[in-house]
Amino acid sequence: MLGHANALVKLAATLALTFFGLLLVTFLIGRVVPIDPVLAAVGDRASAAVYERARIEMGLDLPLWQQFLIYVQKVLTGDFGQSVLTAQPVLSDIARVFPATLELATVATFLGVLFGVPMGVIAAVHQGRWPDQVIRLLGLIGYSVPIFWLGLVALLVFYAKLQIVPGPGRLDIFYDDLVPWVTGVLLIDAALARNWIVWQNALSHLVLPSAILGYFSLAYISRMTRSLMLEQLRQEYILTARVKGLSETRVIWRHALGNTAVPLITVIALSYANLLEGSVLTEIIFAWPGLGFYITNSLLSADMNAVLGGTIVVGSVFIAINLLSDVLYRTLDPRAR
Amino acid sequence: MGARDWLLTDTPGSPTQAQFGRAYQGWLQLADNRLAMLGLFIVVVLLFVAAFAPWLATHSPTAQVLSDRLQPPSAAHWLGTDELGRDIYSRIVHGSRLTLYIVGLVVIIVGPVGLAVGTIAGYLGGWVDVVLMRITDVFLAFPRLILALAFVAALGPGIENAIIAIAITAWPPYARMARAETLTIRKADYIAAARIQGAGPVRIIGRHVVPMCLSSVIVRLTLDMAGIILTAAGLGFLGLGAQPPLPEWGAMISTGRQYLLNQWWVATMPGLAIFIVSLGFNLLGDGLRDVLDPRQAR
Repeated sequence: MLGHANALVKLAATLALTFFGLLLVTFLIGRVVPIDPVLAAVGDRASAAVYERARIEMGLDLPLWQQFLIYVQKVLTGDFGQSVLTAQPVLSDIARVFPATLELATVATFLGVLFGVPMGVIAAVHQGRWPDQVIRLLGLIGYSVPIFWLGLVALLVFYAKLQIVPGPGRLDIFYDDLVPWVTGVLLIDAALARNWIVWQNALSHLVLPSAILGYFSLAYISRMTRSLMLEQLRQEYILTARVKGLSETRVIWRHALGNTAVPLITVIALSYANLLEGSVLTEIIFAWPGLGFYITNSLLSADMNAVLGGTIVVGSVFIAINLLSDVLYRTLDPRAR
Repeated sequence: MGARDWLLTDTPGSPTQAQFGRAYQGWLQLADNRLAMLGLFIVVVLLFVAAFAPWLATHSPTAQVLSDRLQPPSAAHWLGTDELGRDIYSRIVHGSRLTLYIVGLVVIIVGPVGLAVGTIAGYLGGWVDVVLMRITDVFLAFPRLILALAFVAALGPGIENAIIAIAITAWPPYARMARAETLTIRKADYIAAARIQGAGPVRIIGRHVVPMCLSSVIVRLTLDMAGIILTAAGLGFLGLGAQPPLPEWGAMISTGRQYLLNQWWVATMPGLAIFIVSLGFNLLGDGLRDVLDPRQAR
């Protein structure tokens, strides 16, 4: 028990250090920007006196380490500064756009697990034969295709030519603002409002981007499932189960797959974290108003507060998911304690 | 006795013969993997195209012929023309040089940096190890594309800055790997022997530790090249990588995006090039891993 507590303390220390590093790096990035933050605030027609006063007000005359401390304090209280582009606090901007990314990544991960896990199992069972090769090739294609290009091609085929899915965005324009904002996740909000027309419309908009993003998580999940399964299928308990006369289906899908569950959860968590960032390019293609879309747009208009705020949020979520999967692993697998 | 027998003998007469023999066996195993051979073929074609780009291209990659803008693929323009009447085929051919340039530079930065950090941390241990690995962990905890975006935002768009940004985000896994390998060999007898003979840490790391870590780093680099190509193309697509009029594939997709519905070839052709090239690297890297790292293999 003591060892367990010790491990948790260590984990917490690592976490704090990593977060500190995240802040340090974003702070330094913010310092090397060629844009003068004072000039951005006062405009280039301000007199030298006004400029100097603004510089002192913004704390830019202090030594770098003091500036950093102030920065850490601000970030810890949720103050990422104002976005130049939207004239809103960056934090409230992020709160507005984050649910869209969350919705996309969650549905995509769901699709990735739904298809990726069975594909990995089938590949492992037929190791070296054609189903394995086909699944391996499918996975490698997923690793190799530029996601923004695949998105464009999909839009061209399914939206422009075949017209079986709606275009970019989260909703058709005449459904905007029909359901009250509760969680920001449209599928949930529409369901809460019992507005099934909006729900259906939101779902139809989700199909293409989440399928494309889901393909990437499928590539990763199926590959990892395959290697985890191969490890299990070599074990002697599998032989025992077969000798006992259990059906092949039961041996594979219950006994072997059941024993991969714990590491598989880690794999799925990692792929979920990767999707949160992988959605950047997808969001651009599908004009999906999420975090990636927000960060890139801010970047193109040199809105550094928004870019760095977004980076910190994505980084923190990333760290949190990694931590969560680690804790989950320790709790579920007694051997890891 | 033929060269083949000399290579495949069970009783090599010299260390050199044993080394060549092992390399040859590895090659035979790789050659057996049809997908890996396909990957190797694609990579070789890429190198060939990049080397002979001016002779393979049918037009200048930057010559604008506005009367020929947005022409569909034809005998005169094999893959059509873009919005300024430039030949897309010729631009893709020349773009292969940019792709290799980016990948090459990133690899040249990332490999040595990762190796140095990892082997030093692993060999010296103690507080050096703790500090270096904490730094590595911090960078590893970052989402790569977002960090690269933030760096490019700070440094300004451009191909060199994109390379720096990708390199900064790509080295940590190599450091981790090199450290793990170093830990398994630092207590080996031959290291101890070198130390007793008076070799300093620099010599031991450089001559005895680094060579042992090389093969896994090379495999990982090959596997990573596809990822580097995709990240570079992504940055180019966002307008943060190579700037016009450079024929960078990602940037070409970005401009072609406006013409997607009516002139599909402008955006799709460069994307196909990115896809084929990164598939080539992935297939080759996958095969290489099976040969060089039998633990991971089926």
